[in-house]
Amino acid sequence: MSKQYPSSAFATAVAGRGAGRAAARHNRVRLTSEGQRAGRLTYLMVGLVVLISIYPLYYAVQLASLTLDEMHGFPGLGFGSMLWTNLTTAFEAINFGQAFLNTVIVAVTVSLSVVAFSTLAGYSFAKLRFKGRGPLMVFVVGTMAIPAQLSAIPLYILMSKLGLYGSLTAVILPSLVTAFGVFWMTQYITAALPYELIEAARVDGCSMIKTFYHVAIPAALPAASLLALFTFVAQWTNYYWPFLIIGSNSSRVPLLTLAVANLAGGNNQNYTVMMAGVVLSTFPLIILFFVAGKQLVAGIMAGAVKG
Amino acid sequence: MSTTIPEAKLRRRGRLSRFDLKASPYIYIAPFFIVFAVMGLFPLLYTIFLSTRQWNTMSGDGGLACAMGDKQVSGTGCPNGRDWFGNFAWALGQPDFYTALRNTIAIFALSSLPQLVIAIIVAYLLSSNLRAKTFWRMGVLFPYIIAPMSAGIIFRMIFADQTGTINTVLGWFGIGPIGWHSDTFASWIAVSSIVNFRWTGYNTLVLLAAMQAVPHETLEAAVIDGASRFKQLTSVILPMIRPTLIFVIITSVIGGLQIFDEPQMYTVGPGYGGNSNQWLTLTQFMWKTGFVSTNASNMGRAAAISWMLFLVVVAFGILSYILTSRMASGDAPKPKKSAKTNKEVAR
Repeated sequence: MSKQYPSSAFATAVAGRGAGRAAARHNRVRLTSEGQRAGRLTYLMVGLVVLISIYPLYYAVQLASLTLDEMHGFPGLGFGSMLWTNLTTAFEAINFGQAFLNTVIVAVTVSLSVVAFSTLAGYSFAKLRFKGRGPLMVFVVGTMAIPAQLSAIPLYILMSKLGLYGSLTAVILPSLVTAFGVFWMTQYITAALPYELIEAARVDGCSMIKTFYHVAIPAALPAASLLALFTFVAQWTNYYWPFLIIGSNSSRVPLLTLAVANLAGGNNQNYTVMMAGVVLSTFPLIILFFVAGKQLVAGIMAGAVKG
Repeated sequence: MSTTIPEAKLRRRGRLSRFDLKASPYIYIAPFFIVFAVMGLFPLLYTIFLSTRQWNTMSGDGGLACAMGDKQVSGTGCPNGRDWFGNFAWALGQPDFYTALRNTIAIFALSSLPQLVIAIIVAYLLSSNLRAKTFWRMGVLFPYIIAPMSAGIIFRMIFADQTGTINTVLGWFGIGPIGWHSDTFASWIAVSSIVNFRWTGYNTLVLLAAMQAVPHETLEAAVIDGASRFKQLTSVILPMIRPTLIFVIITSVIGGLQIFDEPQMYTVGPGYGGNSNQWLTLTQFMWKTGFVSTNASNMGRAAAISWMLFLVVVAFGILSYILTSRMASGDAPKPKKSAKTNKEVAR
């Protein structure tokens, strides 16, 4: 960034102020390197992309604020007066309290389990020597490429045979570990934890598990929390597997996605309440986004560099 | 008094610590592999078995799969005998299978290609020195927190034939109204735009991270050589971020060909996938075959369909890998460098 050639200063010295400014302008147009300000067109285009990104949710809130009669026309950009009424109707229709609680249970349990198992295995793969390490790691990475649809039907049969059909346990069990999680933690710990630290702990008389606890966990924490964040969002927005395994019991074991899908299914639909349901089920994640959006961005960008 | 530890105790401690050293690595990876064996590996192997069985969803395993013939197979018994590949033959005999295959590939193409192009452009824009960087990055990532099924419901309304945003705006320009639900091609565009909506921002950030890792000196050299901004992107940046490009494309192949939530929720009323299967995808067809009773639901056939879906994913994965390796390698072929990239991706 600091490595810009001071050509405008040079031009000022040789040919006076005007030429210097011209050269500076010239540079601004031509260099894309950091340190050069982006032009208005760039802001315009990026702004457009952000508007398009936000519009669908805006539209959902809009529709959720209308009466059914107002739904017959295009609402423009304005809001109706029914937002609160529709939200409360939807709140009861999707049994929000119970559905929210169940969704939290699933998302938190899966996140904690994925993070715990991945950190443990990732540390072992990254820093410990053992026979079969290479082939096992290749196996883990290889399974990441297998489509989830391939195991959906046998998992359904397995869960039914275990008597878990229609239960939260059946929603949680298949997601307890992910190959991606292990891969992610291995990558991070390999780079972030120096061998010297492990050796120092060992010399001080730490057992293997104490070394893991006192040295590896603190070092792995940043990546572990990002993994938890992404797993949480993935579970919150998950629909297909819960839809298969909860099935017609969705009134007994409500999850947010299932409950909203029920509002949206069938023939006789109240679109405004349906949209209020969408808004309600998304709302917790919007809060999460405002609290941890920076971390989401950082996580995606960190993963990209390593992956 | 001396505090020496008895020799036997010392030896035991030594043995214990050696055991600790040898066994710990395996103990740490064990939880993952045990759970994975039950929840990942077993189902995978079981699908192979399942795809050869006549497995009625209600009554369970009914022996080897029924062979397909001229006669329609009813609920019980196999009029044409039994055959290992009976379920595959059944699927390949269904017109709906080909409709679903066509729709899946079309929706995938309409979502992955524009998505990649837009993500590259937006990432390039974001890589210039903007004020409030974090704001713009969070802005493009916003759709990521909207569940695909919620996005499906919202876009069902945005693409509503009468009052939807798209047809209203098109109407201002004297176009339309387009039958986003009735017309096959239009419905593909609508469904793929749901996928694009959710994933473009995500992939933008992935590509942005890779672009920022391009050495500053390399770009400056290109600028001094008189490369335009467009030329810098196509000749310098894209070839240098090829591993990331391949990563983005492969993940979009794996995810994009399996879509279910978006087309399922795009449907108004019953008849998932459209009244004449305009946007029925392979995963939806698999679900219908395995779980919807009006189709004489059959898990064996559903498993066979999932294997064919897997083959489609593998085929497109290989195809897109070859294409990207060719396309992004720039003008001059560099065999040594590409070999290294392969290894990086394989790792």
